[in-house]
Amino acid sequence: MNWGVLLFPGSNCAEDCFHVIDKVLGKPVTYLWHKDTDLGDVDAIIIPGGFSYGDHLRPGAIAHLSPAMTAVKDFADRGGLVIGICNGFQILTEARMLPGSLLQNKGIKFLCQDQTLKLDNTDTPFTSEYDPGDVVVFPIAHNEGNYYAKPKTIAEMEQNGQILFRYCNADGEVSDATNPNGSINNIAGIINRAGNVVGMMPHPERSSDAVLGLSDGKGVFVSMLKHLEAKHGSDQ
Amino acid sequence: MLKAIVTVMLKKGIFDPQGRAVQNGLESIGFEGIGSVRVGKQIELTLETKDRAEADSSVHEMCDKMLSNPVVESYSFEIVEA
Repeated sequence: MNWGVLLFPGSNCAEDCFHVIDKVLGKPVTYLWHKDTDLGDVDAIIIPGGFSYGDHLRPGAIAHLSPAMTAVKDFADRGGLVIGICNGFQILTEARMLPGSLLQNKGIKFLCQDQTLKLDNTDTPFTSEYDPGDVVVFPIAHNEGNYYAKPKTIAEMEQNGQILFRYCNADGEVSDATNPNGSINNIAGIINRAGNVVGMMPHPERSSDAVLGLSDGKGVFVSMLKHLEAKHGSDQ
Repeated sequence: MLKAIVTVMLKKGIFDPQGRAVQNGLESIGFEGIGSVRVGKQIELTLETKDRAEADSSVHEMCDKMLSNPVVESYSFEIVEA
């Protein structure tokens, strides 16, 4: 079972993601290059954080048009698991693989902090290791993390269980006071309608190895792994 | 040669934190009576064609595919002699 970490010029969280799959999960992982049109034999793709193409024009605006993203779309259309973290989330919204867009943080400042998050839908291949209402800590580090979508889109996403993570405080309270960046309904992470493409601003890969002080994020990758293993098992 | 001057703005109704900060800045140095400030982008492109209709359709396509994000932004442009 192979994992792929997609690299763009300016990606800077790729090694962290690679480390989690390689050393924490102990699974085969390879780098994919933005110019690749064939992504090879991968079962899950991680689009890491960073500043692809220097965030020029808009975060993700240039990256989403690269050849590899056409292959990523085909992979997702066939049901493959794709997770975009931070800039990866921005790229997936620019590619219209996920609804909405990430605007500049409401308070203008770049945010770099440990962030408490509340789990919403845990019946997905990315969150099955958690329970609804769990409060976890993942770091955030972004300037454009203010999730926006039309009210009608938000209502549909809420109804379909497409919200996975919301910004909250340590007690799990979700309110304007616990919203670091102005995201609608405190949305920090979402899933597509088909249930195989996720985007999230917080960094689970930075909280997956206890040596770094945080390990709540490991559940995201373990959830994906268990889903893939169950799928492989049923294929045989 | 023709030149396209493209303006990209956040759609009406979407909060523009940068515009708000500029407004606060202007007010803090004494300017009064500012209703609102919104900050956008201007992108200038020179085009090798002399055909305005071709330029117009090409710039529309550029705006739709890359220069603006229709989920949150609107665009307008004018084509002038370069």
